[in-house]
Amino acid sequence: MKTKKIYLDYAATTPADPQVVKAMSPYFTNVFGNTASLHGFGAEAKAAVDASRKIIADALKASAREIYFTSSATESNNWALKGIAWANKDKKHIIISSVEHDCVLTSAAWLERQGWQLTLLPVDKNGMVNPADVAKAIRPDTLLVSVMHANNEIGTINPIGEIGKICRERDVYFHTDAAQTFGKLPIDVNRLDIDLLTASAHKLYGSKGAALLYVRTGVRIQPLLHGGGHEGGLRSSTLNVPAIVGFAEATKICLSAMKEENVRLEKLRDKLIAGVLKAIPNAHLNGHPKKRLPNNAHFRFDHIEGEALIMMLDNLGIAASTASACSSPKLQPSHVLLACGLRPQDAHGSLRLSLGRWTTEAEIDRVLEVLPGIVEKLRKISPFK
Amino acid sequence: MYSPKTIQYFNNQKNYGRIKNPDGIGKVGNIVCGDVMWLYIKLGKNKKGEEVIKDIKYETFGCVAAIATSGQVTELAKGKTIAEALAISKDAIISELGGLPPIKVHCSVLAVDALAEAIYDYFSKNKKPIPEDLQRQHEVISESRGIIEDKYHDWIAAEEKMHEAGRER
Repeated sequence: MKTKKIYLDYAATTPADPQVVKAMSPYFTNVFGNTASLHGFGAEAKAAVDASRKIIADALKASAREIYFTSSATESNNWALKGIAWANKDKKHIIISSVEHDCVLTSAAWLERQGWQLTLLPVDKNGMVNPADVAKAIRPDTLLVSVMHANNEIGTINPIGEIGKICRERDVYFHTDAAQTFGKLPIDVNRLDIDLLTASAHKLYGSKGAALLYVRTGVRIQPLLHGGGHEGGLRSSTLNVPAIVGFAEATKICLSAMKEENVRLEKLRDKLIAGVLKAIPNAHLNGHPKKRLPNNAHFRFDHIEGEALIMMLDNLGIAASTASACSSPKLQPSHVLLACGLRPQDAHGSLRLSLGRWTTEAEIDRVLEVLPGIVEKLRKISPFK
Repeated sequence: MYSPKTIQYFNNQKNYGRIKNPDGIGKVGNIVCGDVMWLYIKLGKNKKGEEVIKDIKYETFGCVAAIATSGQVTELAKGKTIAEALAISKDAIISELGGLPPIKVHCSVLAVDALAEAIYDYFSKNKKPIPEDLQRQHEVISESRGIIEDKYHDWIAAEEKMHEAGRER
């Protein structure tokens, strides 16, 4: 019997909402102009981008001219770090958390090799940054603090409002990578004292290829891409109009149902977490038990390896992800789990199940039905008992 | 990323588990790195009176490739004479699996090493003369194990201290 496939990797990417696809569709064919063109085709495309920019700016309580469209969260994060560093060379110290996404970590490490100084903030065992550590790390020459809103692996939500407040008081720029939270958690860039923020459309049922960097008015930043002067000269590139229109549509849908959707997801998530911890011996939850993304469940199982687990789930039509060393191109265990104080041997057996708009209770029940058997099977194969 | 044959091997695990009173055990890999393979062999005689691997089983902690190569090496070695078993190469395993991603080739090396170590263990337990090649292979395996343990030793010790301190608190 062929069973329906179950997708539980929404943190990696989401399918586009059919309503989003519908909104995007005319911009591939009828309204195809280049926003930089003077003629009517260009003007029509530009009007669509302007309207989209406004919708997204409103969602962040920002103004439209503070939203810069990019191609990916990776680009936005690269730009935030390098663009700020290049525009403010009088200050040479950058602070980031040790659980940031690789694109933040490697951008910061690259700047360090160019002569900037870098401080990596520790996290507690749940992967959370302590604002007091931020205050301690800030020096007179500190330029930028970058702490992600919620962690993409273990789902822990950071107290970014407190961190933003500290940065504002100490006159340090504050950037947050909100790739996992924009459209899912309320964000007000003014209340949270955010100067720069990254978000990406394909994490919220939009399309791949559209993302943004919010840059507060007055923040000094250099462009990463030079060229025809799009986006106020700060991000040259022909705009990806369909993906941007889709980004705005996706944002609208997310905002309109955020509260109810989070209640629904949290209920499913908690059922999944409780069920797994009850049914499987020597299973542990990673990340904060309460302050975590409504759609994130992250486990580790002693004595087994994550990639084998993912493959066995995939054979049953269940798509999940792991941060085990074997599954990474570097053959290194997840830096996030190590930063939480786990030993490499504990970090190998990790499993991330991330829920989304089309996750049903029946799907969660199916996971709870098959996962214990898979873990047991792998433990039988393993030399460690 | 894996060939259909590798996935098939992974899905139809054969010969896993322990052998009671094995004639030789080969333990390779390191939990810190994420691949550990234990191979058990039991010897017998064939019709010609030659020593053959009568039974072989594995226990593996590791990824899809590690589990698939473990199964593959046991199938290739079963019923073989010791000389034939020692001649099994990583390339033979990789080719039987329909290829492995380059980053996973080390798993096939691990399988070959585990088999060699199990045979070495049998020879040394029974005070049998050890072929020169096998002796050399054993030394290389022991050395690389030492390097890994050294490399991670301080770090693991520091981590453990931290964990203990955490528990005391």
